[in-house]
Amino acid sequence: MTEPRKARVATVSLAGCFGCHMAILDIDERLIALMERVEFDRSPLTDIKTFNRRCDIGIIEGGCCNEENVHTLIDFRKNCDVLIALGQCAIMGGLPAMRNAIMHSADPLRECLEEAYLTGPYLRNTTRLIPNDPVLPLILDKVYPCSEIVDIDYQIPGCAPSGDIIFSTLVALLDGKFTGFERETLRFD
Amino acid sequence: MTTETKVAYPPDAEIMAISASFGNDHHRMLDILLAVQEARRCISPSTMDTIAAAVGVTRIAVEGVASFYSFLSLAPKGRVTIRLCDDIVDRFSGLDAVVAAFEAELGIKMGETSADHGFSLDFTPCIGLCDQAPAAMINDVVATRLTAERATAIARALKRGLSAAEALVADHDVLSPYQRVRALVENNIRRPGEVLLGPVPEDAGLHAAAAMAPSAIIDAVEASGLRGCGGAGFTTGRKWRFAANAPSDRRFVICNADEGEPGTFKDRVVLTERADLVFEGMTIAARAVGAREGILYLRGEYVYLHEHLQAGLAARRARGGLGADFDIRIQMGAGAYICGEEGALISSCEGLPGEPKTRPPFPVTRGYLGHPTVVNNVETFAHVARILDRGAAWFNAIGTDKSHGTKLFSVSGDCTRPGVYELPYGLTLRELLSLAGAEDAAAVQVGGPSGTMVGRDSLDRRLTFDDLATGGAVIVFSARRNILEIVDYYMSFFVHESCGYCTPCRVGNVFLKKAIEKFRKGQANDDDIAYLKDLSATIIETSRCGLGMTSPKPVLSSLKNFPLVYSALTKPSKDGIKATFDIQSAISGARDIAKRRSYIFDKDFSK
Repeated sequence: MTEPRKARVATVSLAGCFGCHMAILDIDERLIALMERVEFDRSPLTDIKTFNRRCDIGIIEGGCCNEENVHTLIDFRKNCDVLIALGQCAIMGGLPAMRNAIMHSADPLRECLEEAYLTGPYLRNTTRLIPNDPVLPLILDKVYPCSEIVDIDYQIPGCAPSGDIIFSTLVALLDGKFTGFERETLRFD
Repeated sequence: MTTETKVAYPPDAEIMAISASFGNDHHRMLDILLAVQEARRCISPSTMDTIAAAVGVTRIAVEGVASFYSFLSLAPKGRVTIRLCDDIVDRFSGLDAVVAAFEAELGIKMGETSADHGFSLDFTPCIGLCDQAPAAMINDVVATRLTAERATAIARALKRGLSAAEALVADHDVLSPYQRVRALVENNIRRPGEVLLGPVPEDAGLHAAAAMAPSAIIDAVEASGLRGCGGAGFTTGRKWRFAANAPSDRRFVICNADEGEPGTFKDRVVLTERADLVFEGMTIAARAVGAREGILYLRGEYVYLHEHLQAGLAARRARGGLGADFDIRIQMGAGAYICGEEGALISSCEGLPGEPKTRPPFPVTRGYLGHPTVVNNVETFAHVARILDRGAAWFNAIGTDKSHGTKLFSVSGDCTRPGVYELPYGLTLRELLSLAGAEDAAAVQVGGPSGTMVGRDSLDRRLTFDDLATGGAVIVFSARRNILEIVDYYMSFFVHESCGYCTPCRVGNVFLKKAIEKFRKGQANDDDIAYLKDLSATIIETSRCGLGMTSPKPVLSSLKNFPLVYSALTKPSKDGIKATFDIQSAISGARDIAKRRSYIFDKDFSK
């Protein structure tokens, strides 16, 4: 018998701030123990940009604010056995979803873009244009939590989640012993 | 927020006179503001300053009350304010055409006031006229059975300068208050029973009570098995005993005539036809618990009954029918459903925003102004007068084992004989529906939105406290109606009527409504059904008062009794991807703004 292979983990940051990926590094020296059991596949940490083989765990940071986020998220769903939404943005849309509050407007999206690039009080936009380069993905009508677009298997709460909760959840999942979170870990600071 | 420049407004003599007419008493704030609204058609910043100075409270306390009630307006309203009832029954009875007619004739949209301040058009929740829908309040009278033609005719008459009463009742100035009420509104008493709506003798109960010791009156009411008719069904005798035993030198009796539960209009009929019986019951209650002051809290929507009730009260007072040391005042409400909750009702009587009070202490020990207070429904007081007349045993023998006496049911919706039915407790829903000509009902909302929505499999359930409980409302929906449209409407009603004090109710109901909208748009999946149940449980568990504890009931009872309606609309995920997310609609706005197509999702991008 060959030794069981390491679990393959893919990660991505969608409409997030990379804080959750920084929090993964907060696992600190336990990373060494973790790396004995997993290998990172498609991830900004490895700079692998596409799926070349199926992964066991996909970790999503951030919600979906544009079409590319949606495309990537669906790609993750198709290529990962288990999907984890990491942090508030992935779970609820988080800070980027503040733009969803622009709702009492005939054209909320235009109002949002105009305030962000043209009319906001603290802007310095010498072009006086809303960016519209053809390579820019189209943005969505609002920011969606990941669970509104694909099935999400687990959610790790926090903004950002602590290194501890990320580590303990991953280990419990690898051991097949994950049963949910202790009440005191469900907090958002 | 911009700070308002502090202008020293000249003290306004008219406003000060209004305030003085209520003794500059801050407990009468709602009356003061209603009078100011009447005189000025709005509560302006300067009048708030004047009132605050006159009654000796802060300006923000005045504004807190003025901004709470929907019939008080901070912006000027028109000479004539038309409030169309947009209850679900009215919507199903042709409200759209009436709205269009008013808008066309008056040249303003709903929610607007005309430039010359002649007219305002607004929507308002159920005004208690579901049996003659669509209906509207026009200033302090009501118009029923509206059609596009009738709406146009009324609007034209009002535009000619007629008052609302003149426009609706031809010879209104020669009619008595009672005749005017009858000319405006049909009673639709379909089935008078032997307790309330059949013939009743004048003051027979009061005479009997006068010969009894207060504790004996309470014993009799308790022995009759009478339970509160407003919906909660607390034993009336026990409530009175608590109040009588609470140590205090002042006690109050309050009649809750804030019949706000959509689809309920039985109290309207009792107040029209049996007002004297209600006052008699209140007088008996006052003797039983030792109260010298009584209040009848009349919902703002029933302002057209005000004069009639005042006249009845004056006549009773004149003939000594209130007893030597008891008097009743009528407190007008101002369009807040929450004031039907007894704590909120007491707050409102005290001149505060109609917010519920923390319980305990209960009103029977610390109620109005901190004194023991009995709050009972209109129908309950009327029953009391009859019980004292005919005896506890007579009343106790009517109905069932745990639900004694008769009950007034207000039946409306898809039936041929909508109206009020007085029937003994214990009849089946099927029996009531067949009386009302609603044999083909597909869904029945029993007890209004905070009651239960049942389907045809529940028609043999009995209308009692322990089976299908109702404060009176029975709203019938035929198979043509969309269950989720009804649920969505009821949720919007609760969103509108939440007082905003506690978060589960203020925010939770909004989320619940949004979740229902998702179902209606076909964007829900199985998780959303679990979410509805979860969120409902949280709202019920954590809300501060009865509103939040019952507001998820339209959702829960329709989920329970019409599960197929929900499951037919859910779309399961396919390969882990939600069928409910539509990328094309999500990017269509950006596509328009960017004026280019998606290189990922538009298949023919390369063409």
